[in-house]
Amino acid sequence: MYSKGTKRKFSDGVDNKAVAASYSLQRQSLLDMSLLKLQLCHMLAEPNLCRSVLIANTVRQIQEEMAHDGSWQVVTEALGGSGHGPSDRLVDTEVLCQSPEQQDSGPKLYSVMGYDGCREEEVVTDKALCSVVVGDRSPAFLLGTIGHCWDRGELRVEDGVSKDSGTGDEEGTRSGEGAKLATGQVFGTFEIKNGAPGSDPALEELFSDVDASYYDLDTTLTGMQSAPKMGPYDFLDSLASSHGPVSNSSCRADLNELDHIMEIIVGS
Amino acid sequence: MAGAGGGSNDVQWCFSQVKGAIDDDVAEADIISTVEFNHSGELLATGDKGGRVVIFQQEIEKSQPQCRSEYNVYSTFQSHEPEFDYLKSLEIEEKINKIRWLPQKNAAQFLLSTNDKTIKLWKISERDKRPEGYNLKEEDGRYIDPNTVTALRVPVFRPMDLMVEASPRRVFANAHTYHINSISINSDHETYLSADDLRINLWHQEITDRSFNIVDIKPANMEELTEVITAAEFHPHQCNTFVYSSSKGTIRLCDMRASALCDTHSKLFEEPEDPSNRSFFSEIISSISDVKFSHNGRYMMIRDYLSVKIWDLNMENRPVETYQVHEYLRSKLCSLYENDCIFDKFECCWNGNDSVVMTGSYNNFFRMFDRGQRRDVTLEASREGSKPQQVLKPRKVCADGKRKKDEISVDSLDFNKKILHTAWHPQDNIIAVATTNNLYIFQDKVN
Repeated sequence: MYSKGTKRKFSDGVDNKAVAASYSLQRQSLLDMSLLKLQLCHMLAEPNLCRSVLIANTVRQIQEEMAHDGSWQVVTEALGGSGHGPSDRLVDTEVLCQSPEQQDSGPKLYSVMGYDGCREEEVVTDKALCSVVVGDRSPAFLLGTIGHCWDRGELRVEDGVSKDSGTGDEEGTRSGEGAKLATGQVFGTFEIKNGAPGSDPALEELFSDVDASYYDLDTTLTGMQSAPKMGPYDFLDSLASSHGPVSNSSCRADLNELDHIMEIIVGS
Repeated sequence: MAGAGGGSNDVQWCFSQVKGAIDDDVAEADIISTVEFNHSGELLATGDKGGRVVIFQQEIEKSQPQCRSEYNVYSTFQSHEPEFDYLKSLEIEEKINKIRWLPQKNAAQFLLSTNDKTIKLWKISERDKRPEGYNLKEEDGRYIDPNTVTALRVPVFRPMDLMVEASPRRVFANAHTYHINSISINSDHETYLSADDLRINLWHQEITDRSFNIVDIKPANMEELTEVITAAEFHPHQCNTFVYSSSKGTIRLCDMRASALCDTHSKLFEEPEDPSNRSFFSEIISSISDVKFSHNGRYMMIRDYLSVKIWDLNMENRPVETYQVHEYLRSKLCSLYENDCIFDKFECCWNGNDSVVMTGSYNNFFRMFDRGQRRDVTLEASREGSKPQQVLKPRKVCADGKRKKDEISVDSLDFNKKILHTAWHPQDNIIAVATTNNLYIFQDKVN
């Protein structure tokens, strides 16, 4: 559409709005693609760390830019109604390979909490390495993601809920951490952070019939209750090295048992 | 005039040999993963995804007026086997990531080969004589009853068919949590380094049960990880100096005399970003896939996704030379990101007198840049151009729509045919170029 090198200004004009929307869509598709790559790479024998880090940095970059130019609301609106998969939105590469129309120097910090009135539920997976930040206006998208995770049977609900008591503190410090933490979830453990009051009703409904007693069982088995939040690489690393957190020493041995419990919870 | 290559005379590159299976169906284990000449150039080693090492030996035909040389199989051995890490429930690939030859000290040859986790020192030795005439053993090895021996004789060595034996002499294991990407032998002939994504270890060649960690960039919180080590190499002459490159496009030079842990660099080579070329892929394409010192030790060359850059060790703020390998790919980065090609790790190499550098590209193309004459050429490694001593024809990729005759348009490039590994003979104009599963050897027409 636009030849390489032409600058697009985010100023008034119908044409520019169309271009900006197109750019946003393309940027979103790049974000989806990146998140998908992070999910897939974890399924391999052992993920290529360099590749994962580069993809994660790209995700972080996109999220920073989206947050900076206030695109979160636009994105969630666009996603809430449509049922498009990421592959449907792969478009011409030219625009994405050009400079973004806005580029502020310096780090972009933004508060995870209450950005433009959009309370964000962070749904993250450890094995999926998937970071989705959505507003409470798009439960459909959230459920879609969760559904995907359910299918792969890797949802560790217990960790998130059992950490409820602890997440209150984390929420408080998070606003200061800004972009780094939001995309830091890429390496984070799989948990649903429902610490804030009035959490997503859709989530509550999903897990309403899950027996709470399993959470305690699992935290006992994995010993993760009070362990610091770890990424999968950290997890693997601590297993390999002798100076990792002691509480994880029994993790591997009980993973089969965990899988078994998961099957019960999922109700397969 | 064909093939601008290097040196004061124009080099005409000719096909010499191709090794490997002819059929297009590539067995995964046969994918070549590393290529390396030894210090004299007489031996050429390749490693593959199946954990095997194949060594070729140069045989020079002096009968012809032009000295043509041929590389023939000298030794083949299984260096690494697939392993299973029970602790992490993960497979450890047997793919050979790097081979490095040790300087020759005696009749035997030594090389280091490494997969993701374990480095091995292999001794390759020749046996062309065997003892005959034992008193207590028959020729086939059966023992003779001593009571039947009536006379004694001295066993003598008699010539036999050449036998090349490869035996593992040292195994350097359990020192790397992450995947080893580089090994480099120190000029002190005693130590070597191994680098993985986050750490660099220093080994003594004789000691396998311990190594010293000299660089550690692992953050306390793995969620803060944004940069990894991509390559490392010792300086060719200064045994205290090494460099390592990162996924953010920086190179750090470290001096081991400064401190035991070289987390603080002595020099940081970083080029300021070009704001006009900035995109979401800027960081990925700036990630360095290979770093190589020049033979004279004054320069180092790095390869990132689209370019080759040469740095003067005395100047940290920008490279002295930049060569575009395949700039026409810049507008295709999103597609290359989608199909993961953007993460391909191309290597690069110097010729013997540091006047020409070479690196690979897609469609089985490889590129040479003549530093002195400011010329570059694109050549292709393919079966079509593989008649004996056939001169390679320069190739050209057409970036825009106006394709001339014999040019190839960007959209016709085969991104599955990538040349990641190339090697240049240390003295002569002989190059080894690895396609997916074939090894091509090209030579200068007038050798």
